Amino acid sequence: MVQKLKNPAVFFMGGSLLIFAIIQFLIETGRLNAYWQTILFWGAAMTMVSLGLNLIYGFNGQFSLGQFGFYALGAYTSADITWRWVRGDPSGLIVVIGGSVLALLLMWGVASFLKRFYGVSVFTEFVFHSVATIAGFAMALKFLRPLLGPVIYSLIQALPEPVGRQIVFFLALVGGATIAGIVSFLFGIPVLTLGSDYFGIATLGFTIIVKVLLDNSDTILPFPEMKGARGMVGIPKWTTWPWVFACFMFVLLFMRNLLHSSVGRAIVSVREDERAASLMGIDIARTKILAFVIGSIFAGLAGGIRAHDLGFLHPTMFGFLPSFNPLIIVVFGGLGSMTGTIITGFFWVFLLEGVLRLVLPTGFENWRYVIYPLVLLLLMLLRPQGLMGRYEIPFLRQTYPPVRKPGEVKA
Amino acid sequence: MSEERPVILEIKGLTHYFDSLKAVSDFSITLREGELVGLIGPNGAGKTTVFNLITGVYRPTAGSIRFRGVELVGLPPHEIIRLGIARTFQNIRLFPNLTVLDNVRIAHHYLVNYGVFDSFLRSPRFSKGEKEITELAQELLEIFGLADRQNDIAGSLPYGMQRKLEIARALATKPQLLLLDEPAAGMNPREIDQLMELIHFIRDKFNLTIFLVEHRMRLIMNICEWITVMDFGEIIARGKPEEVRNNPKVIEAYLGRLAIR
Repeated sequence: MVQKLKNPAVFFMGGSLLIFAIIQFLIETGRLNAYWQTILFWGAAMTMVSLGLNLIYGFNGQFSLGQFGFYALGAYTSADITWRWVRGDPSGLIVVIGGSVLALLLMWGVASFLKRFYGVSVFTEFVFHSVATIAGFAMALKFLRPLLGPVIYSLIQALPEPVGRQIVFFLALVGGATIAGIVSFLFGIPVLTLGSDYFGIATLGFTIIVKVLLDNSDTILPFPEMKGARGMVGIPKWTTWPWVFACFMFVLLFMRNLLHSSVGRAIVSVREDERAASLMGIDIARTKILAFVIGSIFAGLAGGIRAHDLGFLHPTMFGFLPSFNPLIIVVFGGLGSMTGTIITGFFWVFLLEGVLRLVLPTGFENWRYVIYPLVLLLLMLLRPQGLMGRYEIPFLRQTYPPVRKPGEVKA
Repeated sequence: MSEERPVILEIKGLTHYFDSLKAVSDFSITLREGELVGLIGPNGAGKTTVFNLITGVYRPTAGSIRFRGVELVGLPPHEIIRLGIARTFQNIRLFPNLTVLDNVRIAHHYLVNYGVFDSFLRSPRFSKGEKEITELAQELLEIFGLADRQNDIAGSLPYGMQRKLEIARALATKPQLLLLDEPAAGMNPREIDQLMELIHFIRDKFNLTIFLVEHRMRLIMNICEWITVMDFGEIIARGKPEEVRNNPKVIEAYLGRLAIR
């Protein structure tokens, strides 16, 4: 028994299930009020976005400021799906999910077609994949919506209401994450060939584009329900603690298992020395896109969680200034440390929106933005490598095989 | 005797400009399997540029590079490596924050046949692949006497070991042709002797063809079968070590200063 507890995986899973049970108990008995619940869920969402950024910046070395753009995409996409669904319109669900499947299939076809040629230019690749994506979604809009819409709607409606709702919510989260992934893939093809700094600027541009498009979503884009700069209201509040926990654990385990594999080592080698990595047979472009897409999927998933907790979305939530928050969290926690990101991700929301709001006297809430930069400044002076440096708790730490004795026979 | 062996690398008319500066001009060379060929020349003669052109870091302005009949010009570096060419660097380029073992395992990456989802699910394919490349890497480290340091951070190794690790990492990509870029840089005479032994040993052990860029006469004159001499991007002489040593053009360009010593 004691031996088992020493196994980090058992210890970690047991510990997280315990935390899950305690918080679930506190929520059930009403001891954790709606305010702190929101803080907790928000912290989880921010941590998920930041883990994604840490994968891109901390582990792969690509400086991205665009994660809030993907967070926004995930939030608005999943919110649109459920918003329409509760008003009896399945088209959001059908177009996003069906379109994603078709687009991915077409992109896969395009990729295997382009693989036959050597030296395909980045521009060609981008155009082909973009056309495939647009074709996929256009087909979903044109054919799948009238064809499958009523069928799927009546099918899910036939199920008991709570079950149907969970299915739709799950699909909405998946849809938001997939859209974020597809867009980051398309955006990443041309932009990731730039050097790291230029990539940062380009992704910052992406966040701004998303913000501007959302500001005008009811005029430029055909989404009147998003209400542009007035903010989207009436999103069903379906986010519950089990959902938050499940998504968070998915992100955490996915990232951990990815990093502790050959693919993860390839990702880290690109950060260490790009040219040496390519001369060790690692496909740099592919590795960078992989890390970028996975990080953006995490952001999209977090967006869905946040949207259905708040029930309200506004473009300023995803503006220029908040888009630096994941970066602050990642640097604060330590580049290349998952543990650090998890701690600071929750701590950041907890401090800024939780504790400081209560501690500061009324009317002084905005002093939060004086206190927290001061904390940041102090930390950067005292611990420039971040709170945790590259420390990881045992479960998240890479394990190494024991040293083989010379001459030992292969098993 | 080596004339009968099949050709492994054939470079013809290789020319490369950096803007208007001619770095390599009409460079041609033929390597046969199992040979140990040296490329020498004064600083800035374009030796490392030739290596960068072979491995696809730069795309040549003109000329062709054929490796076992496959044209390399236009291929990205990682595909050239996967065809069976490996190289080391003039100034060591390890992954300094990773362990010794991981440095080698990264070079094994393209041999791995599991993907992202296998690693997420920890499928049997993942465990099998991971075990395989770990064993391969450990075997290599044993050959190079680095087995007991496998879990040390690569950047913390002493200089000579880092050189060895770099060669081990290059061999992990399973090459047939190994390009060594100044492997003796920064080594003392005793270490150079060990290095010569090592180079002979790995050539026989892994059936390699070795193409070597070097400054240190001692190394190159002792181990190379054929030597090509470059100056200002052009080949000025080629032949067996003793022929090159006595070539007046070479003495003028390069060896002259050293021969006095």
